[in-house]
Amino acid sequence: MHRYTKRTLILEILTVIVALALMIPFFFLVNLAFKGDTDAFLSPAVAPPKPPTLSAFADAWAGTPTGNIPLGLLNSVIVTAGSLVVLIALGSLAAFTITRIPGRLSSALYVLFLVGIILPFLLGLVPLYVVMRQLGLVGTLPGMIILYSGLLMPLSVFLYTGFTRSLPREYEEAAQVDGSSSLQTFVRIIFPLLRPATGTVAILAGLIIWNDFFTALIFLIGSRNATLPVVIYGFVGQNVSAWNVIFAGIILSMIPVLLLYLFAQRKFIQGFAGGIKS
Amino acid sequence: MRSVAVPATRVEVVETEGKARRAGRRAGGSIAVWWWAVPAVVLTIGIQYLSVAAGSVYAFTNYRGFGKATFVGFDNFVKIFHSPATTRALWNTLLLAACFVIFTNVIGMALALALNRLLKLRYFLRVLIFLPVVLSPLAVAYVWKFIFQPNGPLNGMLRTVGLGDWATAWLGNPATAFSTIAVVVVWQNIGLAMVIYLAGLANVSPELEEAGAVDGAGPAARLFRIVLPLLRPTIVIASTLTLIQGLRVFDQVQALTAGGPYGATETLSTLVYKETFVNGKFGYGSALSLLLTVLIIAAALLQNAALRSRGD
Repeated sequence: MHRYTKRTLILEILTVIVALALMIPFFFLVNLAFKGDTDAFLSPAVAPPKPPTLSAFADAWAGTPTGNIPLGLLNSVIVTAGSLVVLIALGSLAAFTITRIPGRLSSALYVLFLVGIILPFLLGLVPLYVVMRQLGLVGTLPGMIILYSGLLMPLSVFLYTGFTRSLPREYEEAAQVDGSSSLQTFVRIIFPLLRPATGTVAILAGLIIWNDFFTALIFLIGSRNATLPVVIYGFVGQNVSAWNVIFAGIILSMIPVLLLYLFAQRKFIQGFAGGIKS
Repeated sequence: MRSVAVPATRVEVVETEGKARRAGRRAGGSIAVWWWAVPAVVLTIGIQYLSVAAGSVYAFTNYRGFGKATFVGFDNFVKIFHSPATTRALWNTLLLAACFVIFTNVIGMALALALNRLLKLRYFLRVLIFLPVVLSPLAVAYVWKFIFQPNGPLNGMLRTVGLGDWATAWLGNPATAFSTIAVVVVWQNIGLAMVIYLAGLANVSPELEEAGAVDGAGPAARLFRIVLPLLRPTIVIASTLTLIQGLRVFDQVQALTAGGPYGATETLSTLVYKETFVNGKFGYGSALSLLLTVLIIAAALLQNAALRSRGD
């Protein structure tokens, strides 16, 4: 029964049609972004751009007062990269520790992180906002890095513990005999072994941070430090019906994620499936 | 900050090495040291636990973001359940979550079953269908907003095929706005459900299905009697995950309608944002958050119960 039959061919064709239907929004996204202003306004949305032009991209890149896309890109890169450094460094250390030192405290800490994943941070947003406002961290990049690091630390620790649990102890024992200090051993020997987990954390947490709109809207709206989703939100508000420019801006904002996805699709999909299953 | 932290760390390393060795003997030669877990624990407690605890307290006050907060008991909750706008948002939230769970899981599972084996293009199609999952929900929602415009491509297509009577302002019409948002939210997450089901299907051995076929079971019987029962844990996980996700949808609603027209698409998330951060009612907004939180925790507990009853 697991042979390619006529019925399989029909299934294949049907599935291709469904998949193409699901991709229709991307057709409009790309098609319109390459149209000039009058072309976008006058021609039907399905008509190809004539001639294709990059003028909408130029307009989007130039931006509007509340929709500075290059700046948003930069802010998003800084916030995402900064948070990931914290999440990876502290998450891997904590996970390694709670899986290596047995006892009640370790189990309690594991539960603390586990519950943290489910804990809806929505309820904590108001107090966080109040405290961060007092500390002058609202509307700043370091503020966002601290916020995201705390919010996603449970996820990071959880993903790392799944990996450190099954990591053989021989490496660290050998390194200990070498006489190098503990932290050195961790950084030089253990951390490189955790690479698959580090990849999963980077992909899952990175996407959550990069695409986050809710938290960013609350903490960054009206600030020069707004990340991409907030910038796009402001940008659309000011370009109400210039859809070609809006779409060009959206494509620009998607390029980093699209490139990463193109080169590491398998790791992305595995990361989501594995991160959720475990 | 870093220049202060480094010397402190050095001291710690030297100091704890002895401890590590002692702990190591107990733990079978581990190099791990307790303080390594401390920064992550502090961040998690500070950003998550303390703030959520404080938020729960705020829910019982009339705090407005400045000045003093006064305890008002259950006043905020009484207000929530007496306001038609809020009860409607609550209803919308539950309805959106229910639609989201059903359609995302059914379509995602169907695609996973189709793309599990055999199809020549299966890897390519999986990558394609998963694509919306990695993209910004906000950005993608704007593409849909364009499609659903009164003079947008959807209405254009309807008029071309002679169904011009169906054309409407999809997002501006209170009768269609809610379903339209549901379509967008489901569309973006089909790929995620598909990938979860594919991971579950990887554990269903083809031999079992073949054995079923030998015994004379048709495709439908094999699906319902063999594959679906084996997928049960995956179904529980995927539906809980989508339920929790469905309860907190914000981006797409904010981008497509911001809760309008006339509250037809208002959900607890958009209401929390509006009341708290636009209207400055921190206490009332926290009460709304607490309500949503209770719903989400109930969903998580439901999953736990469903997973435990697996043995029956």
